[in-house]
Amino acid sequence: MEIVAQNIDEKFSFSPKLKKQVFIIGIVGIILSIIGILVMNFGGHHGHEAGHVAEHAMAEHHGSADWVKRLFANLWINNLFFTGLSIIGVFFFAVQYVANAGWSVILLRVISSFGRFLPIAGVLMLVVFFFASHDLFHWTHDYLYDEAHPEYDPIIAGKAPFLNTPFYLTRMIAFFTVWSIFAFVLRKNALSEDANGGTKYYRRLVRISVGFLIFFGVSSSISAWDWIMSIDTHWFSTMFGWYVFASWFVSGLAGITLLVVLLKDWGYLKPVTENHLHDLGKFVFAFSIFWTYIWFSQFLLIYYANIPEETVYFWERLKSDYYSKFIFVNLFLNFFFPFLGLMTRDAKRKITFLKIVCVVVLIGHWLDFYLMVTPGTLKELGGLGFLEIGLPMVYLSAFAYVVLSGLSKVALIPKNHPMLEESLYHHT
Amino acid sequence: MEKNKHFITGVFSDHSVLLSAVKKIREKNIKIHEVFTPYPVHHLEDALGYKRSWMPKAAFLFGITGTTCAILMQVLMLGVDWPMIIGGKPFISIPDFVPVSFEMTVLFAAFGMVGTFFFVRDLKPYKVPRVFDRRSTDDKHIVAIDLVANNEKTQDELTSILQESGAEEVNTRNFTDSDNEASFVKYVVDLFSNGVTSSSRSLS
Repeated sequence: MEIVAQNIDEKFSFSPKLKKQVFIIGIVGIILSIIGILVMNFGGHHGHEAGHVAEHAMAEHHGSADWVKRLFANLWINNLFFTGLSIIGVFFFAVQYVANAGWSVILLRVISSFGRFLPIAGVLMLVVFFFASHDLFHWTHDYLYDEAHPEYDPIIAGKAPFLNTPFYLTRMIAFFTVWSIFAFVLRKNALSEDANGGTKYYRRLVRISVGFLIFFGVSSSISAWDWIMSIDTHWFSTMFGWYVFASWFVSGLAGITLLVVLLKDWGYLKPVTENHLHDLGKFVFAFSIFWTYIWFSQFLLIYYANIPEETVYFWERLKSDYYSKFIFVNLFLNFFFPFLGLMTRDAKRKITFLKIVCVVVLIGHWLDFYLMVTPGTLKELGGLGFLEIGLPMVYLSAFAYVVLSGLSKVALIPKNHPMLEESLYHHT
Repeated sequence: MEKNKHFITGVFSDHSVLLSAVKKIREKNIKIHEVFTPYPVHHLEDALGYKRSWMPKAAFLFGITGTTCAILMQVLMLGVDWPMIIGGKPFISIPDFVPVSFEMTVLFAAFGMVGTFFFVRDLKPYKVPRVFDRRSTDDKHIVAIDLVANNEKTQDELTSILQESGAEEVNTRNFTDSDNEASFVKYVVDLFSNGVTSSSRSLS
């Protein structure tokens, strides 16, 4: 009860020191990526013998050089991961409004700042697809649909009405445009509420949020089929949309929690108490379990039914010398670690614990996307080297720059939000 | 031996007054028997100095027991006692066991927690609770202080302390042993003669 009146007119300043740190992450990332590419080109053999077999198989498909493929696959993984982080910012923001949530009001600005990366993510996605479509997506080859061609594939040809480049691009552009517009409109209304007050904006935000959630429910699933599931073109899983969404949601929540905790470390967000951190911790904890539930549901059905066209996905991963260990690392980082690490009440209320768990969860879910994309695109040529460490750092630096500079433009706490008081006195 | 209970109760209608009163009373080294509120009052548990419940630890242990039982059950049934080929899988196939193990974990944890709670709080259908003031279910907060446990202070001192800290009324409440005797036989007899809708005793 002692919290009473506090300074709620805080503003985050993106200090030159912090900017420098963000740039250093980016530059180190670029250097590491270049080293990674150089190592792949001049570093001699590939480490595992299976590589050569696969290389011959690939050569027949007139693919790009190995390092180009690996670069494209990595760009794609990071595009997916950071698109997820930013769209979850918008999604979680909308959920707070639709649920009439009071506890999260002082976190809303941090949550919505994630959405600012969305347009950039969309452009990156389009650019990478433009250059890498043939290397990433088997179905983009025209000959698969040509009955006269020896490599005509009736299964893929049957999917042509949905999986064709123009429609695919239309969907991608439409999703990113609509998402970005929603993110912009939600942010703009929230800021008008800050300036003018009253409950008019709150009600409007609830309505817009409902619209966004309906659109997102459909589009997130379709984007998961498009951007990830279509890599393994023959394979399909009805759980996949949920699976990708769960992965996105956990990483987004971990990202939001991490940013809140960091802001508190830097001396901002004073009204955020351990009660708010507790709730964020619960979200990360709960949705880590949700992700595992979805992961396992998909696995168990495929394992049990044992139909070849379904098991191929896990065959590629579990029976591979290289990828099989990652499945278990993935489950450890994304389930056992957050589950045991955040199980107690005290762990969820301590900044150090949250920091460690959130970083691990973010790395874990990056690895999850790595496991979704790499086996299908690179076959046995996948690796975890300098490029895989460097490129996420470049993306992270760009993401952090966009989010933090966006955050510095607005007040950190929505002072005219009708439920601000409830959030200030939040107690769990 | 005298086992009758003597209490003094303070009545509050504002929860912020109640919170500060509880703090003031505890500062004077007076043990508060219990506080009854019509709705959950935040920070009251801090003001009363309650420790965190150990129930989550009990839940964890019950859960672990459930998991162990479930895995043992399935391994013994499907692996040892009556091996059956299901879907061409090994007799002991761990992925198949996960859903059942999960459900048993939840079941054990849930029932175990409810059972533990009933046991620890001594909750049973024929329990006769001490009702300090019926208004605590309506719009008043009641602070109950045990006179025997605070015998270094006189009743008048306690009354004035309660009044100083903002109590609107100060009452005394005495419970005799026979009033609160939890008797299963009495409960059943009452149930048959009065039906479930009426209480087994008069509430004041």
